Amino acid sequence: MAPPSGGGVGFLIQVKGNPGAEGGRFACFAEECYSCPVSQLIERLNMKLTLGVSGVLAALATWNLALAADITGTVTLKGTPPPEVEITPLKNDPTCGPLHKDVPKTRFYVVGPKGELADVVVSLKGITGKSTGASVAPLVIDQKGCEYLPYVAAVQTGQKIDVKNSDPVMHNVHDTPTASGNKERNQAMLPGGPDLTFTFDAPEEFLRFKCDVHPWMFAYVSVFDSPYFAVTGADGSFKIANVPPGKYTLEARHRKAGTVTKEIEVTDNGAQADLVLELKQ
Amino acid sequence: MFRSANNPWLHRFAVLTALAALGLIGVGGLVTSHEAGMAVTDWPTSNGYNMFLFPVSQWVGGVFYEHTHRLVASGVGLLTTILAVWLWLKDCRVWLRRLGVIAFFGVVFQGVLGGLRVVLLKDQIGIFHATLAQMFLVLVSVLALLTSPWWQRFVASAREFAVPLGLRRLFLFTTLLILAQLVVGATMRHQHAGLSIPDFPLAYGRIWPDTSPTAVARYNQNRLEVTAANPITAFQIELQMAHRLLALTVLGLVAASAWGTRRRLGGRNPATKLAAAWLALIGIQVVLGAWTIWSNKAADIATAHVVVGAASLVTGALLSLIAFRSVAEFRSVAAAVVDEPTRAISPHPLPRAA
Repeated sequence: MAPPSGGGVGFLIQVKGNPGAEGGRFACFAEECYSCPVSQLIERLNMKLTLGVSGVLAALATWNLALAADITGTVTLKGTPPPEVEITPLKNDPTCGPLHKDVPKTRFYVVGPKGELADVVVSLKGITGKSTGASVAPLVIDQKGCEYLPYVAAVQTGQKIDVKNSDPVMHNVHDTPTASGNKERNQAMLPGGPDLTFTFDAPEEFLRFKCDVHPWMFAYVSVFDSPYFAVTGADGSFKIANVPPGKYTLEARHRKAGTVTKEIEVTDNGAQADLVLELKQ
Repeated sequence: MFRSANNPWLHRFAVLTALAALGLIGVGGLVTSHEAGMAVTDWPTSNGYNMFLFPVSQWVGGVFYEHTHRLVASGVGLLTTILAVWLWLKDCRVWLRRLGVIAFFGVVFQGVLGGLRVVLLKDQIGIFHATLAQMFLVLVSVLALLTSPWWQRFVASAREFAVPLGLRRLFLFTTLLILAQLVVGATMRHQHAGLSIPDFPLAYGRIWPDTSPTAVARYNQNRLEVTAANPITAFQIELQMAHRLLALTVLGLVAASAWGTRRRLGGRNPATKLAAAWLALIGIQVVLGAWTIWSNKAADIATAHVVVGAASLVTGALLSLIAFRSVAEFRSVAAAVVDEPTRAISPHPLPRAA
């Protein structure tokens, strides 16, 4: 039998994924045992060492995940926000207007019947250098009905943001970062055109995307240097997953209503934290 | 080559160029009023097309305003080029020919600035672009005045009045104040924050608004702007207050100019008539400024405010030019008659020279 090609990595794959190939490995050693050079023996030892370290790391990761828990809660708004206004330029626009039956309204305060506040960015304050953005799925922002969907979102540094155009209308996608290190771009996007991809390297709150062709179109993306954040849904709830136990400062930030923080402790069972944003009188 | 200071068609062409420049400022005002400055993403091409071959089907939304601005700007550039060449070939005054050349380079520089504002994504360039536009308008308006038959008569016949020093200084100072006011206005427009104060004549219900951090946070919580996304700041509130105070100052100074000119030079004097027109423009401008706030910065009203502001600057500049030139002419007449013992240099009107 021909000896397997490749070095330790090849062996590692065989050992991990293919029992049949594992037989091949023994066949190799059986045939060539007495004539094996010293280097091959060293390689074998090295392979075992690699296997051992990998196993330990995997076990540690599993143990770490087992220790991590979720932070859940709800953000509510105290006070009566001003009524949303109609986006009349949209309705009057000859290309965008027909895409809506009713006149769309602004989305500054999306509030539920009990004050549940949507589009609040909740995060753990002061955590940096923990981004896994390069390996997570992209955030998708769609341009539909001459509006950005979602209106508020959050990503990690290095995470891709794919902007698509589902409208039969030309838009331009213009990000306007303020943090140094994040690049401003402005690109036209024809109907059915390929998606545009953005990434940002510096943390930033409410980084704005706008369309200058249709100046009422905005989306806001908060960029974090860690995976510990969430955006509240229509019911005001949020969940920050896989947070290691410890004490943290939880921050909730809304574009209009402002910011509130709360000291929390995450245990093996996670943590529950409800936050209240208050309108200034 | 025959050159003369009397070129009626050259003058008409200069007037056309000045009017086109004023129109261009109006279209530029529409661009910022509609927040469309970046709707066409590249320059000198337009979304990848040659500017003059840009498909009409893509003139949608803000693209319409920005692309129209580029086309009108190209037209003004062409007119200015023709004007400079025409002046160079046909006008006998060397300094005027040089002014034409300055206008040519000015319009080229202005076009490049507009392009750089798009390419470099810098609002600060937009403010400079807006300011230079006003100065360019003044320059071509001066060219229109200096090539006019009226100006020739004014110079050749030695005018019969000299605007007193105090009035001359008042005209010039007020004109410079209007320019400063236009820079403040351009800065406000390029903040992309809409109205930093939504009421008038009060400001957030007070004579002077509260600009503490708590108050500004409260203002931002309660303002729901459809197209102007940036939150307002204390600086922007103070900037609008400065704009209001400057407007009041300009109104007072222009009223004083009109009143002083009438009192010193009489109602039939051309400077008096121009000063009265200046006062009328400033009056309209104040109303438009208030209307801009009451209409929540409606694009057409805000743009009219820009156009009348530019016209006010031009009027002040031309009045200052006539006033200072009148002194030179008056002195030349006075020098001619200085041997006559019964006459002396006087700020009062002299008899028309024969």
